[in-house]
Amino acid sequence: MRHLPAVDRVGVDRRAAALASRSIKAEAQAQAIRMAIGMIDLTTLEGQDTPGKVRQLAAKAVCPSPAHPEVPSCAALCVYPALVPAARDALAGTGVKVASVSTGFPAGQTSLELRLQETRDAVADGAEEIDMVISREAYLSGDDARVIDEVEQVKAACGDAHLKVIVEAAELGGYDHLRHATDLAIAGGADVVKTSTGKVGAGATPGVTLVMLEAVRDHAHRTGRIVGVKAAGGVRTSKQAITLLVLVKETLGEDWLTPDRFRIGASSVLNDLLMQYEHGMTGRYARPDDFSLE
Amino acid sequence: MTPARMPVVKTHKLYVDGAFARSESGRHLPATSEEGSHLANVPRGSRKDVRDAVRAARKAAGPWAARTAYNRGQILYRFAEALESRADELAADAVRIGGRDRRSARAEVETAVDAAVHYAGWTDKLHAVLGSVNPIAGPFLGLSTPEPSGVIGVIAPDEPDVLGLVGAILPPLAAGNVVVALVSERRPLLGLHLGEVLGVADVPAGVVNLISGLRSELVEPLAGHRDLDGILDATGDAEIGERVARLGADTVKRVSRLDPTALPGLTAIEPFVEIKSAWHPVGT
Amino acid sequence: MTVAPERLTTSWDYAPAPEATDHIRLRDRYELFVGGAWQPPAEGTYVPTTNPATEQPLAEIAHAGAADVDRAVAAARAALPAWRGLPALERGKYVFRIARLVQERARELAIVETLDGGKPIRESRDVDVPAAAAHFFSYAGWADKLAYALGGRDVEPMGVVGQIVPWNFPLLMAAWKLAPALACGNTAVLKPAETTPLTALLLAEILQEAELPEGVVSILPGDGTAGAALVRHPDIDKIAFTGSTEVGKDIQAALAGRDVGLTLELGGKSANIVFEDAALDQAVEGIVDGIFFNQGHVCCAGSRLLLQESVADEVIDRLWRRMERLRVGDPLDKNTDVGAINSAEQLQRIEALVAEGEREGATRRTVACPLPERGHWFAPTMFTDVAPVNRVAVEEIFGPVVTVMTFRTDAEAVQKANNTAYGLAAGVWTDKGSRAFAISQKLRAGTVWQNTYNRFDPTSAFGGYRESGFGREGGPSGLRPYLRVR
Repeated sequence: MRHLPAVDRVGVDRRAAALASRSIKAEAQAQAIRMAIGMIDLTTLEGQDTPGKVRQLAAKAVCPSPAHPEVPSCAALCVYPALVPAARDALAGTGVKVASVSTGFPAGQTSLELRLQETRDAVADGAEEIDMVISREAYLSGDDARVIDEVEQVKAACGDAHLKVIVEAAELGGYDHLRHATDLAIAGGADVVKTSTGKVGAGATPGVTLVMLEAVRDHAHRTGRIVGVKAAGGVRTSKQAITLLVLVKETLGEDWLTPDRFRIGASSVLNDLLMQYEHGMTGRYARPDDFSLE
Repeated sequence: MTPARMPVVKTHKLYVDGAFARSESGRHLPATSEEGSHLANVPRGSRKDVRDAVRAARKAAGPWAARTAYNRGQILYRFAEALESRADELAADAVRIGGRDRRSARAEVETAVDAAVHYAGWTDKLHAVLGSVNPIAGPFLGLSTPEPSGVIGVIAPDEPDVLGLVGAILPPLAAGNVVVALVSERRPLLGLHLGEVLGVADVPAGVVNLISGLRSELVEPLAGHRDLDGILDATGDAEIGERVARLGADTVKRVSRLDPTALPGLTAIEPFVEIKSAWHPVGT
Repeated sequence: MTVAPERLTTSWDYAPAPEATDHIRLRDRYELFVGGAWQPPAEGTYVPTTNPATEQPLAEIAHAGAADVDRAVAAARAALPAWRGLPALERGKYVFRIARLVQERARELAIVETLDGGKPIRESRDVDVPAAAAHFFSYAGWADKLAYALGGRDVEPMGVVGQIVPWNFPLLMAAWKLAPALACGNTAVLKPAETTPLTALLLAEILQEAELPEGVVSILPGDGTAGAALVRHPDIDKIAFTGSTEVGKDIQAALAGRDVGLTLELGGKSANIVFEDAALDQAVEGIVDGIFFNQGHVCCAGSRLLLQESVADEVIDRLWRRMERLRVGDPLDKNTDVGAINSAEQLQRIEALVAEGEREGATRRTVACPLPERGHWFAPTMFTDVAPVNRVAVEEIFGPVVTVMTFRTDAEAVQKANNTAYGLAAGVWTDKGSRAFAISQKLRAGTVWQNTYNRFDPTSAFGGYRESGFGREGGPSGLRPYLRVR
């Protein structure tokens, strides 16, 4: 029988709101923006995606700001499995990772065999990171063992590729379920746990992100194994991105502020970060067309 | 003689879902002064306007009720501020419509402002006054708490046109309900004007919806709407009162009659309050 | 070309984020606010008020003496008939105005509160000032509804009330005192604390802006002698005091045999009880909120942490890691969590009691954070291995110092929590509702927070059991002390 961990929503949201009110100014802000950009999984997951679109986005991921060479590349480019070859070719030799969603993203409602095959294919095509979804069907019907088992099997199918496990926070029903599902994903061998697909609900809110950070913190404390966190979904502004870094710093410590351990899954946030960066440099507000639109 | 400057005349519109709209029917009615001269055209609201207004109100009901009582009090107080700032304008219009001198018109608006202040003060006190903690004979904690009924239809009287409407929409709002109101049929202009006051008073879209038109066409679709939780009849008209009560019986609506000029305070709020009792075990 | 991601060669620390103060215009000197006007003190005494974070003077403050108290009480007496005779709604409208003006001048009030008292701007901005405005707003609405508050009893105002407030929440405590007093039709003489008079004096400006009739409220800064004169004044109908238990006892004795209403909100040594089934991360946040909020200068601070033995080590470990992340320093910095100790005197008191704790054998852990050179500071501190008999477990420290003790069963938790002379507040942390309510019912404390701590609302009564005082502030209960039943 499932036993949920005690997590108090009011307390979590209060702490998250307090951290979200941190005031990050001047050089601390510029540094945060550069860090955040280096942690971005620049993402496109649309029916309209084409190799051409992926190539354009890859160029942005590799060099987000030609005017400011100190601004790092993004961590990865995240695409649908069919576009992995295009992403691989565009990113070859750049150091920016090729990431692919998998396992019947975003709903995960296909057979396990199909989900495993999809994963193997994506890795064979060059995906270095796989973003899987847990089966909410299994989770919500109470089958924790199957949730863990499927993560293990996808992990095996990944081979050397890094596995990020999406719990889809908005579909689980509460922070205690979020914490429990995160613990299951960790138990199944996730290298990274991820908040959301970006297709449902509010995504990586400060509260959701905080609960998952606490889960990996406790796991590291207990076992020594480091599991990363990826905050994805609804992160559109610099303020939100910097809040995520504050959450990491004050929950896990500064050791965790690296792309190996923390990622931000987003697309439009990149230009907002660049815009804020420009403002920090010049003191003047920029216009959207000052930045490339892919 | 040609005037030195042509005044720009306002188009009067319904107030539904926070927006000012013409009637879906496309029809209009003349608004006349008490002496019978033509003052303006107002929308002749239709059953579909009622339907749209109830839909907007239902959408607004949950979020309005979910705001803190303190916040709802602040908004009703803001409405009082906005109304006071327009008191001269409303009074001048009332004189133009007729049947009022400037002093009595101004006094009516001021009474409406004071009513808003009074009801603004009720929002966070209903729990203390209407709720209870129940000393249940057993290991339980019992809490009886007031909650809003939901979407309330309001039928304003013809007179007084300002206080009659304001005094009728405030009690349901204070308890956290949302309102679809029919403004005065005979003197609709000031009722519609109140939409503009509500629109600048931080009242969220859909929380108050105002419809002008003929009661003979609108009372039935409003009071008979199955997604309405209550009706407040402020007309004082026995025939309307009975019709509303009969229509309301279909879905067991909370039906209340009220003289809004009497400013009955809590008594006017109570009909649109549900009391919920929650039981909780005490022990380890 | 690719650019390597930023590596943390140096730490990512937040740059200073000081709240701008250039728009604050303090006067060089503040007079007494008596009868609606600024008046010099009869004895001509002025004392500077200083910023405890820098020890710099902020302004010269007139100190009231017995003659000034006489004048203020006379003004309040003179203003009483007209004020209590106003239609209730009209009286309420004045209080609504005050609420709105506090909201309009919120940032100024927050900054001055922080300058004068040392509390973090984050707290004065997000807690003290909004709560003060809310208190005025909520009680404004009671003015014309008093008949509903006391079960339909026929009531009248007490008359002229004397109100003495402490230095830990200067503006908020003034609001807690004045809002119900005014709503009920009383006139008032308010004495702010000696070290924190400024926001009360800004409130006097607000009362003027609100066109409150002359004499309805007078504000008399001063020291204990002004307070003593107010308490002993023959023409006072009621005294409301928030402050130390020691002074509260003196006041109660001084009023013995006189027909003067009295409410006292005094000290505490409140228990914050964590059960093993609690949401521990949120409990840790609640412990931090309970004892480090406002540097622990909180009468209801959760200063006695009671941990169930089975989770004690775990909670202490998490709490310590959390304490190490507290940001101590410039109260005006928007990222500061713990500000300055209010006065040199209070710092000495904290240091003395903490030294006593060490002498008694408790294990002391103090966060090793850098502290500013000037000003009064005390780093967040935890005592473990504390015995109930130790002074740090019994006496109110009124600083950022938590003492940790353990218990084994629910019954023992209740017994230990109640084993005190005080009874202001308590916290109960458990994931089980039935336990939370059962424990709450057995605790002898005026406020019991379940899975939260140090939260305040104008609709919720607050006050003490036993030596934490009597009378309530907040909600309909908060009206009662300001009304006489006819």
